[in-house]
Parts: sequence; structure tokens; C-alpha cells
Amino acid sequence: MLLAVLSGFILAFLAPWLTPRLGRAVGWLFGLLPAALFVWFASFIPVVASGETLLFSYPWVPGLDINLTFLLDGLSLLFALLISGIGTFIVIYAGYYLHGEAYQGRFYLLILAFMASMLGLVLSSNLVALFVFWELTSITSYLLIGYHHEEGKARASALQGLFVTVAGGLALLAGLVLLAVAGGSYELSELLTSGDVVREHALYLPLLLLILLGTFTKSAQFPFHFWLPNAMAAPTPVSAYLHSATMVKAGVYLMARLNPTLGGTETWLLLLGLIGATTMLIGSYMALRSTGVKQVLAYSTVMALGTLTMLIGVGTEKAITAAVAFLLAHSLYKGALFMIAGIIDHETGIKDFRELGGLRSAMPLTALFAGIAALSLAGIAPLFGFVAKELMFEAVLEAPAIGTVITLFAVASAMMVVAIAAVIGLRPWFGPRLPTKKTPHEAPPSLLAGPAVLATLGLLFGLLPMLPGQHLLSAAALAVAGEPIEVYLSLWHGFNLPLLLSATSLAVGLLLYWQWSRVQPALARLAAWDHLGPERGYEKVMASIVSISDSHTRLVQNGYLRYYILTIISTLLLLLAWTILTRYPVLPSPDLSGIAPHTFTILAITALAALYAVTTRSRLGAVAALGALGFGVALIYVLFSAADVGITQVLVETITVIMLVLVLFRLPGFLDFTLSGSRLRDGFIAVLFGGTITLILLMTTEVQFFPPISEYFIENSGPLGHGRNIVNVILVDFRAIDTLGEIFVLALAAIGVYAMLKLRAEDRKS
Amino acid sequence: MEFLMASLVGILFASALYMMLRRSIVKLVIGLVLLSNAANLLIFTASGLGSGQPPLIPPGADVPVGAVSDPLAQALILTAIVIGFGVLAFAVVLIHRAYEVVGADDMDQMKDTDT
Repeated sequence: MLLAVLSGFILAFLAPWLTPRLGRAVGWLFGLLPAALFVWFASFIPVVASGETLLFSYPWVPGLDINLTFLLDGLSLLFALLISGIGTFIVIYAGYYLHGEAYQGRFYLLILAFMASMLGLVLSSNLVALFVFWELTSITSYLLIGYHHEEGKARASALQGLFVTVAGGLALLAGLVLLAVAGGSYELSELLTSGDVVREHALYLPLLLLILLGTFTKSAQFPFHFWLPNAMAAPTPVSAYLHSATMVKAGVYLMARLNPTLGGTETWLLLLGLIGATTMLIGSYMALRSTGVKQVLAYSTVMALGTLTMLIGVGTEKAITAAVAFLLAHSLYKGALFMIAGIIDHETGIKDFRELGGLRSAMPLTALFAGIAALSLAGIAPLFGFVAKELMFEAVLEAPAIGTVITLFAVASAMMVVAIAAVIGLRPWFGPRLPTKKTPHEAPPSLLAGPAVLATLGLLFGLLPMLPGQHLLSAAALAVAGEPIEVYLSLWHGFNLPLLLSATSLAVGLLLYWQWSRVQPALARLAAWDHLGPERGYEKVMASIVSISDSHTRLVQNGYLRYYILTIISTLLLLLAWTILTRYPVLPSPDLSGIAPHTFTILAITALAALYAVTTRSRLGAVAALGALGFGVALIYVLFSAADVGITQVLVETITVIMLVLVLFRLPGFLDFTLSGSRLRDGFIAVLFGGTITLILLMTTEVQFFPPISEYFIENSGPLGHGRNIVNVILVDFRAIDTLGEIFVLALAAIGVYAMLKLRAEDRKS
Repeated sequence: MEFLMASLVGILFASALYMMLRRSIVKLVIGLVLLSNAANLLIFTASGLGSGQPPLIPPGADVPVGAVSDPLAQALILTAIVIGFGVLAFAVVLIHRAYEVVGADDMDQMKDTDT
């Protein structure tokens, strides 16, 4: 199982190297991997169909109790088969479609990595692993939408898709962590049986909302649906694979997967039911309004995703059966239609339905498969789409609480979908032949393989609905429901209300298609209202992020050293003062007894020298004061038993004063730049700072938290270091490496000084 | 005694901070000198002040006789003084060079990378 998931990644990283070496055969050869995966997964059908759930566990981060666990039941098997099956045809298709493109190797890297991530997503049982794969699909999707990276629109669309899905991913992560807290486990296999605990938990509402934010953004639910049509900037194989058949269904997958744990509550029903129905209606309306081939397909994908969300939300036995059937039907016909859209684009160079017509004679096979897939989209007997649509109508009619509303939405949407299906299935192929940029030919086998197989399967499953129903779909429905339910798929349900609704929508839909050349422009005029739509909201949020960070950067990164210092010191003061006042309210009292007069004099001179250096307006005076201060400090060292330090201080201070005198006299005299107001403020802060340091120092002399480590040096300096000056032994023996580092720093400083002086000399010469 | 030393350290830190908040780059350097002295004295005082107890071992003995002041703090300060000098030498030459390029002893005119 681990190999099945990882093999895609392995081949992905070999792809850029292999692609130019394999030439034209690359698609067929790479297609062998997903095909092999498909066969391997298919071998599990009998086991899974009997209702068994298989678990594969591999230790991943044993220290943190994170295992790489894979769960194979009806739902994940259905998805795994769709991913590997459609993936096979996409890889073959892309071999021809993108042949000769400069970045074909990169494309294979990304699409194979995506396939592996998607398989990992639907098979993971561990929530952490699931999330990692979830984000990997977002990232590969981003890179694939931006495949034509030299086009600004592709880049913007890629970024939009990434921001929307990753923002949702962040919410999802929080939601999954809360779910693990509420359910007591990170393993899906355990969470699936603890639904009652999770639904009763106080965190149920927040975790549900966070998880749904993740799934809604991923599956392009209203109001996040806008990124999906923009994602059509990707090459057609990507649109067919990621943005209709697989990745956008990740959100649907997660909702279906968590249905036994989270579903069944009123919130679940209302949120999923109503948002799904709204998305369905908006998707079909936008599809009817658009004329771009891929745009129409993208919006009808939004419609399908809305339908699936709605059905999962309704959650009755019928609804779940309808959801899994609709999922399969949609993947079959939409995968086929997208590949056909790519064929049309590839063969004619035209991307708009208004400019297409009469292609039937030039490409009869493509036309035939397009027709079959479109019939399935419209939900017309005997296609599998019909079976799914009848089930959908039955489910919404008997939905609790919101049945009437969503039935109305479903019927209205179905009418428009029929019209859209007619636009796709009839318009490019019949009627007068319209001029095209290229002379159209029948597509080669590598392009036609996918549409042919997928469309034929749609017809086969429609005629024999028990074929997928008995094995795969019943197991998938079982996994979604969490309890055994009776799945009975049939083509003919008798004369009943759903059939009547189907017939009505068919009639109205055909009417809409008949008047399409009038209906579509009328609807397109409504685009004037789009500025109220969610996409504009996205743009506003992005623009305000830029402007906020801009003004924030101007405020915080203002470029004035003194404001940086002021900010740092003020923060430090606040924290220190707060700690001192809350924890150590009793201040130590000054003890001035037993101080020799010469000590007192030295300290006073040092302090006065510092104050003079600060207040004087003479540079020489300031440097002289610094010198006095330095020697004062040296005397203090000597007074308190630090002879070596005192000697060093004297030496260094002498050189410092000489250096300062030499250099400062090449600089201008002191000027008063600052206003007296800011001088007062700085003085105030400085006095506070000095006072705080004094307080801390007084406290530290009274408190000893740990025994000093210098005891070791005092005891061992003689026996181990063979030196009688302990400070020297520490410097050159115990801490010799530190001293080496110090020498290195000095050498660096010397090199820097030398370099700057030399530069100046060269400046003068030139 | 600690009280006086702590006050001196406080005065040095206050002077250093005040000088570092000036616009003049020369004053900034003076602030740096004050700051390094202040920090050294801070460590020195915190390690404990003791008169006439140098950390030396008399001839013939293996360990010092009686209490000695903390040799580790002294070693650290010794290192810090030398490093502080290195930093100062570099800073002084750097501001001199900067003054030659910018033509002013004013931090506000050095806030952009273009000058």
C-alpha cells in the first residue's frame, strides 16, 4: 500500500529526466503506472464489496505516535479507482496534447506527484497524513494552474486558487486538531465509530465550521466557487483531472468520509444542504451564461460539486446512494467532456461555443463520444447520469426540513443543465460548418482513448446499473452512511414524481437551448451585477493585505535607529518593571557603611565623567571624559581584586582615547539636531532604564539561584592547569577555544579596518 | 558598597542609552563606549565585590588560601573588554568612512541604502 502511494512520487521525480528521452511514447509509458495502480486497486473490489474495511499501518513518527495508516473501504476504493483510472487516460492524453512543449517533463513531474498526493489523501486514515496530502494537492494544483507561467493571467489564477484553498486548509488543520481532541484519536478508523461522542462534544460546532471551511474552499462551494473557473487557465489535461474529476472532489470526499462522525445534525443538514443547493444553482446559471468551452464545463463542475455537497448534507439512505452514484457519473462524463474540449481546442484552435459548428463530419468519433457524455450530463436515459439524477430527485423530494427549497433549486438547476448539455453535445457538431483557425481532423488515439472509454462506461453503467451498484457503490454508500444501507440502482423506476420532474426539466432545458442565442446574451448582461460577488471580495481582501502590510512596514521599519532602540528599550522596561513590581515588591535598602573615602571618590569621578561626556558640547571634552571614565573603571577593577582586568582596561582605554582623538577630529563638531522635547523624552527613558538596571543589580546581589560554576576553576586551576593566576588559566586553558574565537573576531575587525582605510586611499587616487 | 556600584552602573547605562538615541553618529559611538563599560561593570558587580582577594594561588599551594573573588567573571570581562575594543575600532573607522561618503554626521541621512 505504501508503495502504491509513493510510486507516483518516485516516477514524478524521474519524469523531468525521462520525458525528453522517451519522446512520443512518453504518455503511453507513463500511463502504465496509473493503469497498474488501477488494476491493483480493482483487485480489492471483491473484498471491499463484502463490507470489509482494510487497514494498512506503517510507523512514521513513532515518537509522536503518528503512524502512516491507510484505510481502504468502499469510499476510498471508489476514489482510488477514479484517480488511477482517469489518471491513466490523462497521462496518455497529455503525451500527445503537450508534445513538443518546453516544460512537458515538469508537467509530468507535477501531475504524477498530484496523483500520488490525491491517492494518499483518499487512503490516509491518520488525520495528520491526510492533511499533509491535502496541502500537497493544493500546491501541485497551484503549480499546474500556473503551468503557462509566462502568462500573467495564469499566474494570478494560480495564486488565487492557492490562497483560497490554502486559507481553507489552515481552517481545516485547526478543525482536524479539534476533531482529534473531541474524538480522542487522530485515526479516522477510530473516529468513524465515535460519532456520538463528537456530536455531543462542546467543540462540535467550532470544529464543524472549521472543517467545512476547508472542504468548501477545496470543493469550490459558494461563496468560494470563483477560483475554479479561473483555474481553467491550466492546460486541459489538468482541468480534466484536477479541476473536475479528482482534486475538487477532495472536499466532497472529506465530507462524505466524516459523515458518520459529524453528520446527521441539524447544523450539518442546513449548512451542507443549503450551501450545496445554492452552489448547484449558481453553477448551472453561470454555465448557461458563459460561452467559453472550458468555462461552461468549469461552471457545470461547480454545479456538480454543489449537488454532491447537498446530497451528503441531506444524508438519507437515498441521498447517500444518489451521492455516490452522482459522483461516479460526474467523473465519467466530465472527464470525457473536458478531454473533448481539449481536442476541440487542439484541432481547431477555438475556445468559444459561439464560433463552433458543423464539426461532425470532420471528427465523427469525437462528436459521437461528446454526444454520449453530454446525454449523461443532461441525465437522459439510458445513460448512467439518468440513474444518478433520478436518485437525486428522489432524495431531495424526501429530504427533511429543507425538502421544498432544495427541490425547487434542483429542478431549476436541472433545466439549465439540460440546456448546457445540449450546447456541449449539439452545437459544435451540427449546423453549418463555421470557419476554424486550423483544419480539423479526427483526434489521434491517445487523445480519444479517454473520452471513448469514459463515455462508453457511462452508457454501460446506465444500461446495467447493478454492475457498479452491487460491488463498488454499495460499499461506498456503506462507508459514507456508517451503517449498512440498501443500494438499489435501476434504470426504470416507474412513472413517478422524479420522472415527471426529469421530463419537465428536459422540456424546459431544450426550450432554453433552442433560444440559447438569445438567452445567453440576456444572462450575460447580468454580469454587471458581478461586482457584488465574492470574487470582488477576494480582490478587496488581497488589496487590503498589501496596503496594511505596506503601512505597517512604514510604521515599524521606519529606518530610524533611535526609534528601533526606543521601541526595544520601552518594551523591555515595561516587562521588567511589571515583573519587579509584581514579584519583588520589597526594595533592598541602601547600605553605605564601611566604604573607604578613596573608593567613594573613584566612583564619583567615574559617574561625573559619564555625565560630562553626555552633556558637553565639546568633542575633545567628551573624549577626555571617556578617558577619565575608562581609567576610573580600571581603578574599580583593581580595587576589587581584578588586577588583570584592570591592566587590560588601562591598555585598551589608552588606545581608545588616542584613536577617538585621531578620528573624531576629522568629523564635524557636535550639532544640536534634536528638539528639546525629544531630548526630554529620551532623557526620561534613559533615567528609567538606568534606574531599572540598578534595581535588578541590587536584587541579584541578594539572590543566588545556583552555586557559582567558578568553584571548579578555582579548585582545578593548580592541579590541572598548572598555573597560579586563575584568570589566566581560564583564558588560555579551560576556555582556550573561546579565546581563539576572540582572537578571530579581533583579526576580522582588523581586516575590516584595513580594508576601509585602503578603500579610502584608492578613492583619493582615482 | 553594592548600592553605590549599582548606582554607578545605572548612571552609565542611562548615559549610554541617551547618547545612542542622538542623531549624531559620533554621539552614538560615545554611547557604545559607555554601554560596553556599563555592561562590564554590571557583570563585575553581579559576581560579587571583594577587596584584597585576587584569584591567585600562592607559591607551593594547589588551591588559593581563603576566599577569592570570582575568576570566571573576570575572565569574561577581560574577553569583553578586548572584543569591545575591536568593535569600537571597526565602528570608528566605519563612521569616518560613512561621513566621507554621506557628507554629514547625521543618522537621519543614512536611513536609505541609496546614500
